[in-house]
Amino acid sequence: MSSVLVSTTINGDPVEFACPPEETLLDSLRDRVGLTGVKEGCGTGDCGSCSVTLDGRLMCSCLVLSAEVEGKQVGTVEGMVQNGQLHPLQESFIDNAALQCGICTPGFLVAANALLARNANPTETEIRYALAGNLCRCTGYDKIVRAVQVASKEMRKKSKKTKKK
Amino acid sequence: MGNDTSYTDQKFEQVGRRVKRPDGVDKVTGRAKYGADAYAPGQLVGLILRSPHAHARIKKIDTSKAEKLAGVKAVVTYDDLPDLTGGNRGMMDILENCMARGRALYDGHAVAAVAAVDKTIAKRALKLIKVTYEKLPHVTDVDEAMEADAPVVQDFVFTSGVEPKPTKPSNVSGISQFGHGDVDAGFAEADVIVEKSYKTEQTHQGYIEPHACLANMSSDGSGELWVTTQGHFVFRNVCSTLLGIDIAKLKVTASEIGGGFGGKTHVWMEPVALVLSRKANRPVKLVMTRDEVFKASGPTCSTSIDVKIGAKKDGTITAASANLRYQNGAFPANWGMIGAMTAYACYDLKNVKTVGYDVLVNRPKVAAYRAPSAPMAAFGVESTMDLMAGKLGMDPVEFRIKNAAKEGTRASYGPVYGPIGIGPTLEAVKKHPHMRAKLKKNQGRGMACGFWFNFGGQTCTDLNIGVDGTVSLTVGTIDVGGSRASLSLIAAEELGIDYEQVKASVADTASLGHNDMTEGSRGTFSSGMATIFAARNAVEVMKGRAAKMWDIPVEDVVWENGGAKATGKAHSNLPPLTLKEIAAKSPQTGGPIAGHNETVADNAGVSFASHICDVEVDPETGSTRVIRYTVVQDAGKAIHPDYVEGQFQGGAAQGIGWALNEEYIYGKDGTLQNPGFLDYRIPVCSDLPFIDTEILEIPNPNHPYGVRGVGETSIVPPLAAIGNAVSNAVGVRLNHIPMSPPRILKALDEQAGG
Repeated sequence: MSSVLVSTTINGDPVEFACPPEETLLDSLRDRVGLTGVKEGCGTGDCGSCSVTLDGRLMCSCLVLSAEVEGKQVGTVEGMVQNGQLHPLQESFIDNAALQCGICTPGFLVAANALLARNANPTETEIRYALAGNLCRCTGYDKIVRAVQVASKEMRKKSKKTKKK
Repeated sequence: MGNDTSYTDQKFEQVGRRVKRPDGVDKVTGRAKYGADAYAPGQLVGLILRSPHAHARIKKIDTSKAEKLAGVKAVVTYDDLPDLTGGNRGMMDILENCMARGRALYDGHAVAAVAAVDKTIAKRALKLIKVTYEKLPHVTDVDEAMEADAPVVQDFVFTSGVEPKPTKPSNVSGISQFGHGDVDAGFAEADVIVEKSYKTEQTHQGYIEPHACLANMSSDGSGELWVTTQGHFVFRNVCSTLLGIDIAKLKVTASEIGGGFGGKTHVWMEPVALVLSRKANRPVKLVMTRDEVFKASGPTCSTSIDVKIGAKKDGTITAASANLRYQNGAFPANWGMIGAMTAYACYDLKNVKTVGYDVLVNRPKVAAYRAPSAPMAAFGVESTMDLMAGKLGMDPVEFRIKNAAKEGTRASYGPVYGPIGIGPTLEAVKKHPHMRAKLKKNQGRGMACGFWFNFGGQTCTDLNIGVDGTVSLTVGTIDVGGSRASLSLIAAEELGIDYEQVKASVADTASLGHNDMTEGSRGTFSSGMATIFAARNAVEVMKGRAAKMWDIPVEDVVWENGGAKATGKAHSNLPPLTLKEIAAKSPQTGGPIAGHNETVADNAGVSFASHICDVEVDPETGSTRVIRYTVVQDAGKAIHPDYVEGQFQGGAAQGIGWALNEEYIYGKDGTLQNPGFLDYRIPVCSDLPFIDTEILEIPNPNHPYGVRGVGETSIVPPLAAIGNAVSNAVGVRLNHIPMSPPRILKALDEQAGG
């Protein structure tokens, strides 16, 4: 059994692990790095529960081989808390009851964060299409879309304040 | 001490608040641990080999090569799961579904399993197991399975509910009949009769978290199981029975659950994980792939339903009947019976008769799916109600109001209703601005009603008060959608303290008495009731402690605003003692303060909903979009309105998927053609509009706060509401669910005479 050695950066930290060449990033993150916030819902790129960012780009980690992330920047839900503070999206999901069972929540947060990074003020339709790769079976998406709307407003307010300073 | 369950109409301080849920931070940060998120030192990877055939005799299973592969620690077949059920056929069905015994009954039926040191080796081992099959004739369609020459799925099944007792096995496992009055006389009285037949395809609950567990058997015969489930106490009892373990020696811990909707009320593979662990003497993690979830964990029934309704010109229904044929997969169940019970539950009918047929086919064992059996029956009945309203020239809402059940109505399935919400939901629909919104070309509006029984069941709850005055609430019902928040609100309400002082958690099976599953919308209803009584129990203890602190008789102590108060002139100088003060002194006044409750929470309080739906149909493609949706439902009392709305919205979304897209597609060879989220398409965010909700509160007289279960009813009306909307949009009546683009196009073509 020959493994490959992968050196990468996950949520800003340098990480090294060895894995079989056919292992997916999803399996490595969960079983080797201990980041179980990344969930497997389908393993075929249809549900978005394993969403991560790869050099800032939104991906399903079940469709990426670990060997491919050599030297790259991987972002997971575990990296969203900064200085002990929940990200505004995380706050908003709790405040707006945007989760029921919560299994899809990490994927939605990563995907919503990727959306707001490229579009700070998305319309309802833009939010719905940006999150169309993430399946939720509990909520009917209503409160998720509202939570993203609230968070984007909060984040714009904050960034205005920061700019004024 | 008896528990007073009667409704008190109290004013609430905590109940009704939209507080943050206690598991919120864990779930938005990735810390929450679900079924696949547990790891044990030395754990093995378990995998299951499944039948590629719809129906086959298993002539031989050769595991020798797999066993010899380095890194493989256990291989099991049905030989490793001997029959310890003592003749309990229901238990045997569970065991046989976990692992085929001589015959594979559906595509995906488990035939062997391995445990190995890693996934790569486990996968290789599966390939080395050689199974010799002899293919047998199969049947997957419910109507075909009822034909005289259909292949018999289970030769031990003889139709029950018919006289004389049949002499030959049949795919019809049971026939059940409900109703009252004389339907023949009722139809003779009718001015108009509408008769129509319907079909609905099989759908899956579609929870995003696959089944997953970590089994850890010790060589001393005891064991532990970490599992995603809707009922860990029931899983413990089932696994104990099937594997011959004492109940007390199997500790089951429920993980966070990533959706269940009924699908995680059934044991699918946990005994296999336990037996692998026992054989390997190591912990074994067993996680289903999505393909396995679709093929081998229960979907709901496909159905074929005939509906007949007769009415007078003034809109009074004189008779109603239905024949409901439900496919239960390869094992006997009573989903057809339940469909027959729910079909006409919304209406006050003089003459009504429903007959349910439970039918076996070569498909996976059917499981509960949110108000199981009710949506299909409602699709038939509520579509026919609209057809009848059309024939009578009546408004569909008015027609339903005229015939709606009310307090005192004898339900078509037997009981006489107490106060119920069907009339009020219909009146709310009538008044709703949605009903007056303008529609454009190719758009249509439909509405429909739904019913669900709700369930109470066995419940056991502990409430412990810490020396700092904070409260640990320990429940045994799985939290599927925010019940820890609602139960904490209830505890806070009862004790008179703030929500933030209470922390609710779900106990493992070693820490609390038996609790039934979280099913039948019972979580907040039954654990809420037990929480109230546990809190009252603790209040009695605290009154005693306060009396001791004050050195006065306990009869002179009352509980008000979160503290003890001395009554009577003699004690007027005593300032009240808060819960916190009493708790702080507890080590000196008698030790820990706790309240407990064990109950069977009866009289769950039936639930009704009425939905309004606008759709737009594209006549070019047959594609249908829901453009506006409103749910009106009776909650009895909404403890946490956010999560009540969430249940309404989630159920509606599942119903929309069922109505428009979702279906199990079987090939001629009896194998499932679409076991993945790409080809079995559940609604995505861009498919849906915001789903508006209106919560009505018609108190359940059998719950101290008036609570009714809210989880399930919302999936019942959408199928018919959308069918009615499509009919109003483009003039074609779809009698086959899902109303997928090809079916709508075909109906449009036929309408155009093409």
